[in-house]
Amino acid sequence: MANPYYDAADLRKFGKITEWSEELGTKFFEYYGKVFEEGALSAREKSLIALAVAHVVKCPYCIDAYTKDGLEKGITKEEMMEAVHAGAAIESGATLVHGVQMMNKYNKLSM
Amino acid sequence: MATKSLKARDNELAINNKQLEILNGGIFAEGELPYFKDKIADIGQFPLRPKKLEILQINVGYMCNQVCEHCHVDAGPDRKEIMTRDTMQLCLEVIRNTGAHTLDLTGGAPEMNPDFRWFVEESAKAGIKDFIVRSNLTIIRANKKYYDLPEFFKKHNIHVISSMPHYTKGKTDKQRGDGVFDKSIKALQELNTVGYGMPNSELRLDLVYNPSGAYLPGDQSAMERDFKKALKEDFNIDFHNLFAITNLPIARFLDYLIASENYEDYMYALVEAYNPTAVENVMCTNTISISWDGWLYDCDFNQMLGLKVASSIKHIKDYNEDVLNDRNIIISQHCYGCTAGAGSSCQGTVT
Repeated sequence: MANPYYDAADLRKFGKITEWSEELGTKFFEYYGKVFEEGALSAREKSLIALAVAHVVKCPYCIDAYTKDGLEKGITKEEMMEAVHAGAAIESGATLVHGVQMMNKYNKLSM
Repeated sequence: MATKSLKARDNELAINNKQLEILNGGIFAEGELPYFKDKIADIGQFPLRPKKLEILQINVGYMCNQVCEHCHVDAGPDRKEIMTRDTMQLCLEVIRNTGAHTLDLTGGAPEMNPDFRWFVEESAKAGIKDFIVRSNLTIIRANKKYYDLPEFFKKHNIHVISSMPHYTKGKTDKQRGDGVFDKSIKALQELNTVGYGMPNSELRLDLVYNPSGAYLPGDQSAMERDFKKALKEDFNIDFHNLFAITNLPIARFLDYLIASENYEDYMYALVEAYNPTAVENVMCTNTISISWDGWLYDCDFNQMLGLKVASSIKHIKDYNEDVLNDRNIIISQHCYGCTAGAGSSCQGTVT
């Protein structure tokens, strides 16, 4: 049996989630499409944000999708990697800022 | 980076039937993806029929100074198929009498045809409204004998359309070969110097962007904005429009897709991006493509697949526009390339 987890070909089938819940699926894809249109932010900027978030939420489908989307939009590999670092910095910062809580607790408990 | 054409390498994809076998077989024959024919039948467009003829596209030969990885012509320095002056004479007869408003010379590098300049001079006399030469830019810097091409183009009011895969060096050279970016930049600056591409200039200079890999082009206007900004800021280059063209799964691009195991995903992407609105304006509905040896095709892609027009008129020596326009256009799965997203043609998007 093929590996049931994270099959790259499943990304093509994403739209099928609508089949089991038409209203919610349709609304989601409408919203999704709208979000990534040109707006106050360019579609290019949004694609880089999506790529960074894709890494932070560690979604292999999203990483594939937004690497390809970036290529389609002419985004360079240097820009893509910097976006990944921006995501990583926030993620590691989010871990490290909890260090203050640890310090507070440590100080409170110590004489 | 390849330095020889598929033909010179005896690659099986140099055989047209083999390419068609791939395009008609596999995921399409197994029913995973629909045939193009069925998709356009759904919207009442099968058989696909020509509209008014607007563009005569003449391929004056497959010889080229570059061996680009994505080339659907499989062009290169080793290709010897070159249009003779006799065939050009037949073309001139057609150019003088056609109802088409655009003449589009392509190749290979059209400038490498030894009779190129004579043909341009003679064609220009026919007074056709839009006279395009598809120049790969590096040819202008390839040899001293080509250095005056910008002036030559200007003299005959040629509309220059040039390929430029990206505004960064790395991506350009990867697709088209080392040194191509620097030479292209120099050539663009020279075209600017004689007035091409400048704001409000009537000397038209447009760029063609096509993706350097197994993905589709992004939004044409957004790409144009990015190209304009980068080329202006980094190299003080001006140009008019950017045409985003989808790579069709033919010849070297097909070879690349298969070798890199991207073929199926790419075909899925093309079919998924299928846009019925684009079907109405695909370029085969307003274009006739003429090969170096005078045969007639629905488009340059069908030419490369050896699919001559389905008409009693198949060669330029028998040319008759009315008879020719009453034909069914030959299609296969490569046609999804022209109907993806905003559509794709030699003039960019079609919707």
